[in-house]
Amino acid sequence: MSTAPAIREDAFRRRAWPRVAAVALFVYVVYACAQLDVSWERVHAGLDNAARFFSRLFPPNFTRSDLLIKGLTESLEIAVLASTLGIGLALPIGLAAARNLMPAWISWPARFVIVAARSLHPVIVAIIFVKAVGFGALAGILALTVASIGFIGKLFTEAIEEISDKQVEAIRATGAPFPSVLAYGVLPQVFSRFIGFATYQLDSNLRNSTMVGIVGAGGIGGTLFAAFQRFDYDYVCAILISIIALIMIGELFATAIRAIFIENATFADLFRRGEAMRHVRHSEDD
Amino acid sequence: MLDLRHLSKSYVAGKPVLSDINVAIPAQGITAIIGASGTGKSTLIRCVNRLVEPSQGEILFDGADMARLSGKALRHARRHIGMVFQEYNLVERLTVMENLLCGRLGYVSPWRAWRRKFPPADIARAYELLDLVGLAGFAHQRADALSGGQRQRVGIARAVMQKPRLLLADEPTSSLDPKTSVEIMELMAGIARTHGIPVLVNMHDVELAKRFADRVLGMAGGRIVFDGPPADLDDAMLKKIYGGEDWLH
Repeated sequence: MSTAPAIREDAFRRRAWPRVAAVALFVYVVYACAQLDVSWERVHAGLDNAARFFSRLFPPNFTRSDLLIKGLTESLEIAVLASTLGIGLALPIGLAAARNLMPAWISWPARFVIVAARSLHPVIVAIIFVKAVGFGALAGILALTVASIGFIGKLFTEAIEEISDKQVEAIRATGAPFPSVLAYGVLPQVFSRFIGFATYQLDSNLRNSTMVGIVGAGGIGGTLFAAFQRFDYDYVCAILISIIALIMIGELFATAIRAIFIENATFADLFRRGEAMRHVRHSEDD
Repeated sequence: MLDLRHLSKSYVAGKPVLSDINVAIPAQGITAIIGASGTGKSTLIRCVNRLVEPSQGEILFDGADMARLSGKALRHARRHIGMVFQEYNLVERLTVMENLLCGRLGYVSPWRAWRRKFPPADIARAYELLDLVGLAGFAHQRADALSGGQRQRVGIARAVMQKPRLLLADEPTSSLDPKTSVEIMELMAGIARTHGIPVLVNMHDVELAKRFADRVLGMAGGRIVFDGPPADLDDAMLKKIYGGEDWLH
């Protein structure tokens, strides 16, 4: 029988703090439940109420469809305008915030703008703009523009900071002026990710544009809120179904844009499912 | 052509990577820099076009001191210096044609470059160079679809697009297999000869340096310890450059 090997140090570094953190989280969850009166009796009472509410939702009532369509159209307009404006502004701001390309005196103010745009929820920003410019779609457009600058700006900055310096270095070595270095060394590396962010933001703005109306910033949200307050639950249901349909159409649209720009699909590929599409997808790295 | 005087570089104060380099590169021929990893070969080459900032000394290129240039003057000087990289440094998501035309970005306004409006003469030259480096028909392939050898051919073509007066090559074959390495060196040496472009290349491979260089610079510890024709590189000299001797036999 062989002798036992000499005892070395443990092969894995074991750290105490993740366990301490897990225990602390569990204790806090129990404490928070007690604080907020979350209990089984409370859930049970809530379920009865929920059953009554859901039974009044159906069947959905589409009779006031003109108001519904007007609200949805306005939401769509808010989403598209806010996305265009917000993404357009986020591009230069995100670029200015990238620390690998810009000196600190440019990148820090740009980062501040992005953080400021991200720090408040779109609903709060919408309330502020309703107070500033009055009720209506303009407030919604401005609120979602701010949200888009914050989101796209941050992700775009991070994407630029992760690019390969080698490709940029090669362009600089040719004596190219800075805008050309951006066009040939930087943008090709981040373009597909940027399209991804932009379509995601359009999707997000579409959802938020149905909500800013609740605080009077235009779109279907105002109609929805009014229907809730009048207990017109069948009309509420019709609005919710319409919103879901709108979001799904937006999702399909975003997928198509991503397929065309990122996966090099042709227009015809979009209507071809299965093998052909998978082939297109696999021919790319991302 | 290129005259380095008292060139020094330290990334960390007190630890020089290059100390007091004095060397003149003639207007033609291939000059190879050999030496162990970490002796400053790459830093030396990158100081020439200021991808690395030298700490001290002069870099006289066509009479101007590269070390003192900045802004537009530096960009204009860089237009005349082509560079080939170890990892090719192609823009992966651009086509081969776009990568070649990158070599003209110093001469085309950003507005035109952005819209891909290059002068027809540049495009014609790009197609000629593609034929020359053996990549005819690859113009619309994306760079990330190419093999290592093909990428380096694009890298060489991009550098030659600049119509450079000096070609720098930073370990151009170190990421390639031995056969492809020889092919790439042959291509570069051939282009340098026919276009009369002097080449400053650094490499690990002593045999490759002996085979293609007209002149060899041996570096050790941030200094040039050998300067002469490849024929003068004997075992004693290699021992001095690389240290040790077991590897020689």
